[in-house]
Amino acid sequence: MIDFLKIKSDFPIFKKNPNLIYLDSTATSLKPQSVIDKLIEYYSSYNANIFRGVYKISEKATEEYEKTREIIADFINAKKQEVIFTRNTTESINLIAYSLGRKIIEKNDEIIVSIMEHHANFVPWQVLSSEIGAVLKIIDIDEEGYLRIKDKKSRKINLYEIITKKTKILALTYISNVLGTINQIKKIIKSARKINPKIIIIIDSAQAVPHIKVDVKDLDADFIVFSSHKMMGPTGVGILWGKEELLTEMFPFLYGGEMIEEVTIEKTTFKRTPYKFEAGTPSIAEVIGLSEAVKYLEKIGLENIKNHEKNLTQKTIKRLLEEFSGKIKIFGPKNIEDRGGIISFTFDNFHSHDIASILDNENIAVRAGHHCAMPLHQRLGILSTVRASFYVYNNEEDIEKLIIGLKKVYQILKK
Amino acid sequence: MNIYTEIILDHYQNPRNFGEIKNPTSVSEASNSVCGDKLKIFILVENKKVKDIKFSGVGCAISIASASLITDYLKGKSISQLKKINKDFIIKMLGINLGVNRIKCAVLVGEAISKLKV
Repeated sequence: MIDFLKIKSDFPIFKKNPNLIYLDSTATSLKPQSVIDKLIEYYSSYNANIFRGVYKISEKATEEYEKTREIIADFINAKKQEVIFTRNTTESINLIAYSLGRKIIEKNDEIIVSIMEHHANFVPWQVLSSEIGAVLKIIDIDEEGYLRIKDKKSRKINLYEIITKKTKILALTYISNVLGTINQIKKIIKSARKINPKIIIIIDSAQAVPHIKVDVKDLDADFIVFSSHKMMGPTGVGILWGKEELLTEMFPFLYGGEMIEEVTIEKTTFKRTPYKFEAGTPSIAEVIGLSEAVKYLEKIGLENIKNHEKNLTQKTIKRLLEEFSGKIKIFGPKNIEDRGGIISFTFDNFHSHDIASILDNENIAVRAGHHCAMPLHQRLGILSTVRASFYVYNNEEDIEKLIIGLKKVYQILKK
Repeated sequence: MNIYTEIILDHYQNPRNFGEIKNPTSVSEASNSVCGDKLKIFILVENKKVKDIKFSGVGCAISIASASLITDYLKGKSISQLKKINKDFIIKMLGINLGVNRIKCAVLVGEAISKLKV
């Protein structure tokens, strides 16, 4: 049994800000002491550039950097050479769009995304389609925030109206960063491959990997992308996992240092994956720090994290509806099993920024706005929402603080 | 610090000059990419003076109050005074201390005003 009340003491930010109620882990997570210590360890003990140094501290830095690649590979059940370090999830998706998308997409081909995508998994495909003259198809959602992919009668996943032989790419989010919907990714992938075995499937897992077990072999996607900073690791590191045979065929993304095999005046040959995609000096300290984040996640256990967040989400929804019935509208699935620890809502006719500012006065950090999902808000017919999200360091006290904060919001803004 | 002062809440709850002008001499619009808020400004200029000015749109308390206060101030003022409206002026007029992210809400009206053809 994990004592989630004690977990807070692992996060030094609460020592400096003892009253902080942090409900914005969907944007970025807080970092445990062990991750911060690892950054300091690199800078103070073996600060050196990796790979080409033939001296001890460079070798040590290289070893730690490559050890993180192994740790990530084990964490998602992948091969080491399939794990590429980028800057963030956005860059990982752009890399795929550039290095593979431009290579395989032709005029009138189809690229499929959903209306619940974060801009990072929407805009690169929208731009690519319009540049090449491909068709961007968008999977809609139903009233509860589930993808509209089920047969009306059998309630089974039916992609025959969406995916065709012309579909080259399906890019989907695992968990919506607004609705909290956990998409049935494994079933969707299986069903998509049945219709079109050649389809390339990219899963934006930025909101999934920090919270639920993601096994790339089990899911059978072609690419899985996520960010270090949302899983308690340092900022500045994104992860791109891809099937080796695809990575081998792809163009490099950035050209320059580190990614080359040989450069002559006439031509250049490139390294193999993953190094082909890691041009220039990477975020060395941050990658190394990420190894500690994975260790921390494994120590608590993803199953425990999932249950903890489920418990908090369920209680929060119940309390919000008890206290503000008729004034609050919560988006996303009603079935708690189908959602992550994300609650987006509108409150009376108050503006999300006003709500967030007043909550901030009470030391409650929530996000307000469109959360980089403008097409989704357009679909929902609203300008913006307030979003509260949970992670390991949240507890039931935070829920009550949020309720008190929202009561204050109502007192101040009611007309 | 509390940014929801009495004056801000008063102008948010009862915005002055909210609406449209039928025969404006210029109309402009500004939007805030962070939240999607949009503000439209209508102006009627006569003899180089602001004869009437109104605004419409959706916004937070800060952007509505700011638009209300600034349009109220500008009524009857000269074009040269209108051209002096800038970030510092607006913040001084609101009399509140805004963080970097909320300043955008306050100056949305200023951005729309700067786009008016006067």
